[in-house]
Amino acid sequence: MFDIVDAQFLAPDVKRFRIRAPKIAARRLPGQFVIVRVHAQGERIPLTIASSDVNEGTVTLVVQGIGRTTKQLNELETGQAVHDVVGPLGRPGEVHKVGTVVVIGGGVGAAIAYPTAVAHHEIGNQVVTILGGRTRDLVILEDEMRAVSDEMIITTDDGSLGRKGLVVDPLKERLESGWRPNLVMAVGPIPMMRAVAEATRPYGIETIASLNPIMVDGTGMCGGCRASVGGKTVFVCVDGPEFDAHQVDFGLLALRNKTYFMQEKESLERFESKIASEPHRCALDKMLEEK
Amino acid sequence: MSDVKPGQDGGAQEQARPAPAPPAPSSTDGGSPKISAKERMKIPRQKMPEQDAGERSRNFKEVNLGFTAELARMEALRCIQCPKPLCVAGCPVSVQIRDFIQSVAEGDFAGAARLIKIDNVLPAICGRVCPQESQCEAVCTVGKKNDPVAIGRLERFVADYERDNRLQQVMDLPAPTGKKVGIVGSGPAGLTCAADLIRMGHAVTVFEALHELGGVLVYGIPEFRLPKEIVHAEIDGLRQLGVEFVTNAVIGLTDTVDELLQNGYDAIFIGVGAGLPYFLDIPGENLVGIYSANEFLTRVNLMRAYNPTSDTPVFRVQGKDVAVFGGGNTAMDAVRTSKRLGARRAMILYRRSEAEMPARIEEVHHAKEEGVEFHTLITPLEFVGDESGWLKSVRCLRNELGEPDSSGRRRPVPVKGSEHDIPIEMAVIAVGNGSNPIIRQTTPGLEFTKRGTIVADPETGKTTRPGLFAGGDIVTGGATVILAMGAGRRAAKSIDEYLKSGTW
Ligand SMILES: Cc1cc2nc3c(=O)[nH]c(=O)nc-3n(C[C@H](O)[C@H](O)[C@H](O)COP(=O)(O)OP(=O)(O)OC[C@H]3O[C@@H](n4cnc5c(N)ncnc54)[C@H](O)[C@@H]3O)c2cc1C
Ligand code: FES
Repeated sequence: MFDIVDAQFLAPDVKRFRIRAPKIAARRLPGQFVIVRVHAQGERIPLTIASSDVNEGTVTLVVQGIGRTTKQLNELETGQAVHDVVGPLGRPGEVHKVGTVVVIGGGVGAAIAYPTAVAHHEIGNQVVTILGGRTRDLVILEDEMRAVSDEMIITTDDGSLGRKGLVVDPLKERLESGWRPNLVMAVGPIPMMRAVAEATRPYGIETIASLNPIMVDGTGMCGGCRASVGGKTVFVCVDGPEFDAHQVDFGLLALRNKTYFMQEKESLERFESKIASEPHRCALDKMLEEK
Repeated sequence: MSDVKPGQDGGAQEQARPAPAPPAPSSTDGGSPKISAKERMKIPRQKMPEQDAGERSRNFKEVNLGFTAELARMEALRCIQCPKPLCVAGCPVSVQIRDFIQSVAEGDFAGAARLIKIDNVLPAICGRVCPQESQCEAVCTVGKKNDPVAIGRLERFVADYERDNRLQQVMDLPAPTGKKVGIVGSGPAGLTCAADLIRMGHAVTVFEALHELGGVLVYGIPEFRLPKEIVHAEIDGLRQLGVEFVTNAVIGLTDTVDELLQNGYDAIFIGVGAGLPYFLDIPGENLVGIYSANEFLTRVNLMRAYNPTSDTPVFRVQGKDVAVFGGGNTAMDAVRTSKRLGARRAMILYRRSEAEMPARIEEVHHAKEEGVEFHTLITPLEFVGDESGWLKSVRCLRNELGEPDSSGRRRPVPVKGSEHDIPIEMAVIAVGNGSNPIIRQTTPGLEFTKRGTIVADPETGKTTRPGLFAGGDIVTGGATVILAMGAGRRAAKSIDEYLKSGTW
């Protein structure tokens, strides 16, 4: 079992956990992830490591409650525990001194982009961060990001915070007016990463995306995480998760991620109807009963 | 049964009658029954009771039910106790087959178990999954004129008897040597190596990447062929002997091999298995509905997706058509699993002819009984999807058998103009595995072959780096449980020598 040292909601449905996993905390590098199983019957889900505290021996994960497992995880509180955490998995992202780096985080992607922004900041790159979300509440890690950014732009779909529009809009405008950053990092929903890749492609600006396929083992054993990059099949868990965004077949990634759409929907409905029909009880008790 | 052709597998043609009356052993109390060689030869190979095919193709319970004590003794009587038993030489780990069968005939099942366990620490598993027909049973003298003695079924019976009656002997361990060995991977290679080393007095820790122990035995081979309970029991036995197990530890990432060496491990055995499944390398392979066998079986076995309320989903095959590509055990496991999940058509599509299928004959036989269709001499060309990217068919060519290739098997040659489409909604690719790159990328100085397997001496398991040993599928490429166990055992012996002598 892996203890939850701290659990706080950052936004509705978005929760930040500090989980005790000293080995992973000591080793992890930006871009790496862990696989988590919430309870003994749970599924294995990949979560990017947002940061770690070596002294405390904890890793920080930011979880958006979308499906059954992430919602279940988000019911856990400080003092409870998750069943399994394994990692750090994947290849660390490469961080070099290149000049100006644009880090774009859409929604919970901000948490995944954060360690990369920190690394670029520490190595001495000029970091321009673009954070976005559907609405003000969904823009997370604003202060943390600001601390490692030389410039910060915020967008929301409804204009409730920063400028109205998508994260890719300010990038496009600046590129059109002649701005040429040296590297762009896009982390977030697939349509957003695809839009960023298309925005930078005409200018030949190196652009990296962090892919989020469905995974099982996370160690290269199953091939469930495969994606097509430059026409070649890659296993994202061992070959990635970061790839040249101009080469990624985002359409295929989106398609494969819908494989279990129906099952996930039903599983979530089962889970939610169960919660609704019960008086409030400790989430752990509920899980133990489900065994 | 005297008209049965020699050398044929018993699976398909043995008698359905369980135990015929004559010439039954005269007594059931211990002691060796008096029976002439001629009488022994008259006893037909005993059929192992199994679940009805129609019934079992809808559940995940074990297909084979195992011999009863009576059936086991009857079968054991068929053994003519050769002075020079060829079966022992045919076994990769030289189990004292003749002697344990004698004990079974005498009704001393616990004694038989002790005899087997001298050479094989996981007999309940091997009795179920070893390719006996190409090993011990292939060379059985009785099999020259008749069906061979059912050695695998006897091994299974003895091991189950011992476990069910809690007769496992608690080993006396020698005084601790003070040496510590790290084992990477908890498949049959790692478990065997651990079992031997702990009995030599060394401290042993097994590191496993997944959340559950057992390697392919738990994530690959399905419940209906090898109940997980049996694997767990074997692992519990090792735990009781003092083996430490650490799950969720991907060596190379959580700790590197070098860190283990720096942190007090005197030697490391690497038994990380094959991993990294091959695909067919044809267009359309990433469409929704196409799995590697590893993924499909892991979802169903390890993650229990056969239970519809499991948190882990698997493609819904109820009423759909499924094709599995390959002809090995993995392919049989995948196709039979899809049948059990409710597939309408469950098909094996294989490049060569049935005679060349590497699967255990019993599995092919069982699959057919369960209604699996076999389509041989077929080469897939392309997967075709519908507008929304879900698999809808596979385009194939028919093959003819040509000249023998380097493996001695006749090469399949595509017939021009024989393209045809087979409608399917799910496909499983079971054409073997490459090697997992994690150890390679994180262990400097360790030599690998071009295929990505570790270079290791087959006799000692020694790699190109002092202190590091390796065995099992990571050295041989995808092979068998018993070969992995044999490698684990030989490595344990040479690790012991290395730890005692301190010289490489
Ligand atoms: C579906 C299927 C059916 C089969 N059926 C049969 C059969 O009927 N009969 C037969 O004889 N053989 C069969 N085989 C083959 C047999 O299972 C293998 O040859 C055997 O399991 C190999 O054993 P191993 O110990 O080398 O590796 P594995 O069993 O593969 O175990 C390796 C373990 O190491 C772990 N690991 C990998 N990397 C790391 C790391 N970096 N750190 C820590 N742990 C790691 C893995 O998670 C795994 O648990 C089958 C194989 C499959 C896939
Ligand atoms: S998640 Fe299984 S290979 Fe990547």
